Amino acid sequence: MTFAIVVFPGSNCDHDAYHAVKHVLGANARFVWHKETNLQGVDCVILPGGFAHGDYLRTGAIARFSPVMADVVKFAEAGGPVIGICNGFQVLLESGLLPGAMLRNRSLKFQCEHVLVKVEQTDTPFTRACRPGQILNLPIAHGEGNYYAEPEAVAQLERNRQVIFRYVTPAGEAVDAGNPNGSVANIAGLCSDRRNVVGLMPHPERACESALGSADGLVLFESVLGAVKEGAVHAR
Amino acid sequence: MPVDPQLLEQHGLTVEEGARIIELLGREPSITELGIFSVMWSEHCSYKSSRVHLKTLPTTGPRVLQGPGENAGAVDIGDGLAAVFKIESHNHPSFIEPYQGAATGVGGIIRDIFTMGARPVALLNSLRFGSLDEPLVRRNVEGVVAGIAGYGNSIGIPTVGGEIEFDESYAGNPLVNVFCLGLAKADEIIRASATGAGNPVFYVGSKTGRDGIHGATMASAEFDEKSAEKRPAVQVGDPFMEKLLLEACLEVMHSDALVGMQDMGAAGLTSSTCEMGSRGGAGIEIDVALVPQRETGMTPYEIMLSESQERMLLVVKRGREAEVEAVFTKWDLHAVRIGEVTTDGRMRVKHHGEVVADIPNGALTDNAPQYRRPMARPAWLDEARTLAFDTLTPADAGAAFLRLLASPGIASKRWVYRQYDHMVRTNTIVMPGMGAGTIRVKGTDRALALSVDCNGRFVYLDPAAGAALAVAEAARNVACAGGEPIGATNCLNFGNPQRPEIMWQFGEAVRGMGEACRALGIPITGGNVSLYNETDGKAVLPTPTIGIVGLVEHADRVVTRAFAEAGHVVVLLGEGLGELGGSAYLKVLHGLIRGVPPALDLAREGALQRLLVTLAMERISRSAHDCAEGGLAVTLAESCFDTGVGVDVDVSELAGPAAGWGVIATLFGESASRAVVSVAPGDFGRLDAAARAAGVPITTLGQTGGDRLRIRVGGRSVVDVALAEAEQTWAHAIGDRFHRAH
Repeated sequence: MTFAIVVFPGSNCDHDAYHAVKHVLGANARFVWHKETNLQGVDCVILPGGFAHGDYLRTGAIARFSPVMADVVKFAEAGGPVIGICNGFQVLLESGLLPGAMLRNRSLKFQCEHVLVKVEQTDTPFTRACRPGQILNLPIAHGEGNYYAEPEAVAQLERNRQVIFRYVTPAGEAVDAGNPNGSVANIAGLCSDRRNVVGLMPHPERACESALGSADGLVLFESVLGAVKEGAVHAR
Repeated sequence: MPVDPQLLEQHGLTVEEGARIIELLGREPSITELGIFSVMWSEHCSYKSSRVHLKTLPTTGPRVLQGPGENAGAVDIGDGLAAVFKIESHNHPSFIEPYQGAATGVGGIIRDIFTMGARPVALLNSLRFGSLDEPLVRRNVEGVVAGIAGYGNSIGIPTVGGEIEFDESYAGNPLVNVFCLGLAKADEIIRASATGAGNPVFYVGSKTGRDGIHGATMASAEFDEKSAEKRPAVQVGDPFMEKLLLEACLEVMHSDALVGMQDMGAAGLTSSTCEMGSRGGAGIEIDVALVPQRETGMTPYEIMLSESQERMLLVVKRGREAEVEAVFTKWDLHAVRIGEVTTDGRMRVKHHGEVVADIPNGALTDNAPQYRRPMARPAWLDEARTLAFDTLTPADAGAAFLRLLASPGIASKRWVYRQYDHMVRTNTIVMPGMGAGTIRVKGTDRALALSVDCNGRFVYLDPAAGAALAVAEAARNVACAGGEPIGATNCLNFGNPQRPEIMWQFGEAVRGMGEACRALGIPITGGNVSLYNETDGKAVLPTPTIGIVGLVEHADRVVTRAFAEAGHVVVLLGEGLGELGGSAYLKVLHGLIRGVPPALDLAREGALQRLLVTLAMERISRSAHDCAEGGLAVTLAESCFDTGVGVDVDVSELAGPAAGWGVIATLFGESASRAVVSVAPGDFGRLDAAARAAGVPITTLGQTGGDRLRIRVGGRSVVDVALAEAEQTWAHAIGDRFHRAH
């Protein structure tokens, strides 16, 4: 099982994702520079957090034009598992692999803290090892994580069960008190309609070891490792 | 050109200094040369007032790999690794333009670290502002915090800790001191020196603009009502460019094609060129026409003095240029050859081939003026050190406790650190607000505990004692986590050194800091001096900030300040002497900065710190928290808040009379060399034995548990409050001041 971690020039969670899947999960991992166009032999693509091209314009807006993205789109369209974390999620939105857009946090400030998210769907490659309704303690670290989509688009996401992570209170309720950034419907993460592409604002790679305050994020990587090993997901 | 007094004054130079320039050159300087001298001889670059004092600081030790004189210091942390670290100020720019001033402060110190070949892994900051009740101060705080966040978050270096204090004296002159630490292989540290005649000199990074011209000179003068007009002297930061430079430079260092490099910080191309040449015992010749420029029509003077950010100067082995260029091309950076190393020890600047400056390096560095400025103990000091308790009415202890928790200096700083990415790089094992910021060192069992500290009130009342207390507190913080203090860096923020009482404060503070560091065995491997922190003739509280690196042998044994669970025994290590001089209590409840700061016995302090490290590494202590601002009562409260575990203690053994000043002094006195630890009941015997062996007195205070915070004297409760209520008061005090205002 080999993870590819795409490195944009302003990625800054690339090493963290590498550490999580290589040293904690024990899988193979390699960095793929954004100017490369070869995902040969890759089983899962991670678009890591950071500020891909500085993001002075709109987060992720320039990254979609990086040469590697054409291959990532091809890989996703062929059914390969792709996960975009934080800035990676923003890149997925800009690339059209997932619907919607990010606004500034309603606090208008960058926020770094642990939040609780509920696993809403377990039939994706990245949540299949979760219990339905499982609550994960994961960090967020973003200034633009306020997910927005038109009401009709949100309704469609709900109908298709594409909302896979929601911000919740300790009681597990997806209400405003549990919403750190103002995201519509408390949406913290989505999957594509074919369920192989997942994007989320929280950082599971920062929560893979209890020494860091939570190991709840590891289950996402264990999920995809299992899915790939069992042949449940791969790029055809 | 003729050098007249007016021209000299515009350049921040005295008439005597002008004469010295002519003497050193053997002729009148050109305008470009005058500009070069003005920045290199500015206080900021030359340390002309401070150097005679700084020479007395201890800078050596068995772990020191690099002392002062390079871009940053370095200490050996075992496993073949070095911690490379330094703290630097960006005070003046942060007042004029808070966001960019603070952001470029972060950018500057990060460059200092990666210039040494180290990957930056942690940032801390020490901030000082005026009262949060002032709208302009709040605006300044918002801008500075956002600027630090904007730069650090983007480049992906976690801000793992720091400290903030508020005092009216900083209202027109905030302090923004940023500490950065990086990791390098001990045998791969890069020095910023130029050697090898004929080796090419490369410029890489942002283009040069007219921003920041005379920034170093601005940082060497007082503020007055015209300071806002100096906004063009503040630089604008581009963290993405810096990220590219960081990655590209670290990649280039792996190739032995590199000879040396230096960032262009204060005094930009000027200081990097002459300092690299000077360190290498060589000279450098450049042609400024080759320097990439952002604006048209820039003169050599402007190019040499620009402080545009995110620029590096590299010396590369001749014939190996292509290897280096390939790395920069990968990162979409353009490395431009602007000159070469020479043998004549001179800094020669050409413009389209015509020489516009030709100066011996030594004239700018070693032969820069040095002053032993007059010092005088301030006349007001005796009065400030008297504390007539009989003229004051002691506050009710319970009410005072809540007032202290709600005071911005003591209240939770979550509103601030939530804006900083403090987890990126997945090394942060102690979060901000939980004690010394602590990062694990991947690939080893070790961790580094980091702390920056200074209590300006103590320094104001006794500069030598106050600076020593700052060292003791910072070192005690890292020791609480289980870290042995192994290195320090300082950032000395003072007023106008041409005033004898300010110079006295400076000299005394350096003396006290040196004594404390010598006694505790902590070398100071570098730092920064920021003088002229005055507005309209009124200086800030003298603030010699110290940053300390603690080495933790076992990362999995790090201890935080938070009580772990109910039923643990709460113990005070050290002795309270009921000292209220310079305390937060006097400041917050009575509006006074008066009295004599707490006494400090450095031998006792050292013994306490060694005990704290032992207790953590032998898994005896389950929490450890230094007693500092707000005294024992605030220390206990802070240990409760993070985990919501209450506490019930009796301080009779410490207290004087149960009413009046005795209780106040016991609860809120800030005696040095104390810490509150908690242990599981079964481990009390081990704690007692370890404390006896270390010669540290201990007092059992009570135990953890419940949902209240209760402090009793005999049978009587002097503080008895629901933990949730106290926590709310403490948690929201800072954030509410901003929200109310909007």
